Amino acid sequence: MTQHPDIDQALVRLLGPAGPEIGCDACFEGLDRYVELELAGRDVDAALPGFRAHLVGCPACREEYESLRALVAGDGAA
Amino acid sequence: MSVASPIVEPVTEPVAAVLDPRLDDESRRWLVGLRAEGAEKDAAVERLHALLLRAARFEVARRRPMLPHLRGGELDEIALEAAGDALMSVIRRLDDFRGTARFTTWAYKFALLEAAVKLRRRAWQGRELPLEPEAWSLLAGGGGADLEAEQSELLDAIRRAIESELTPRQREVLVALALNGVPIDVLAQRLDTTRGALYKTLHDARRKLRARLDEQGLSVGSFTEETR
Repeated sequence: MTQHPDIDQALVRLLGPAGPEIGCDACFEGLDRYVELELAGRDVDAALPGFRAHLVGCPACREEYESLRALVAGDGAA
Repeated sequence: MSVASPIVEPVTEPVAAVLDPRLDDESRRWLVGLRAEGAEKDAAVERLHALLLRAARFEVARRRPMLPHLRGGELDEIALEAAGDALMSVIRRLDDFRGTARFTTWAYKFALLEAAVKLRRRAWQGRELPLEPEAWSLLAGGGGADLEAEQSELLDAIRRAIESELTPRQREVLVALALNGVPIDVLAQRLDTTRGALYKTLHDARRKLRARLDEQGLSVGSFTEETR
């Protein structure tokens, strides 16, 4: 990483994740399973390879992942 | 240094495993109700709409600070519309539910998606999309930041690669999404395409940039490691 967070973020936006990733449609299909496995402390990278990388590369899918995770976590805490 | 790989296809589960036998009781009750007839189905649909509306309002509340110009009434209209659209999607796709997560988690994602897309589009409504590289200053000189020579060289190489390696369409999509911060759903609507198709274009552009930087011996991996 550089000493400049704004440039680090720009590099991520421009170059995307380093590893293999799934696309947006596959992300939506697996999102519910990914969130539940993650909240259960399971190995999500083994269960859904390429998913985490896509969340790095796609801000829109990441926002929806964060919302679903927060919503489901709140249900569990309720 | 690794060059970005192609978008990978997820491993799909066999169709025979339509419903996970470990399906929880609550999810099973949802399916029974939504597949019933008459009053039982009506009640299940009403409950589902309430669930989706709660999720849509949750998303609206999360994004509200980023939408200061929208009044509460407008925001709730968006939530209601999102819940209605999500309800149709969930009912239409009921047979796609495999039981690999709880039914409520599966249904929530439709409401969150509908609300998020509507809010992104509403935030950009009437705005001209910046498709030209307005943010080139960052690449041209680090936006005034006091960069190390290696970082300046990397940014300059990326700028040159954007100009020389990408097709006009790839450049337009990369510049809009990655440099100018246009939300992917907004760009997809203006270009009459889908989020998935646009992301594929973005992904291909990124691969080309990484390949070019790789040829030049410039290290980028450490800048873009996935973190959580």
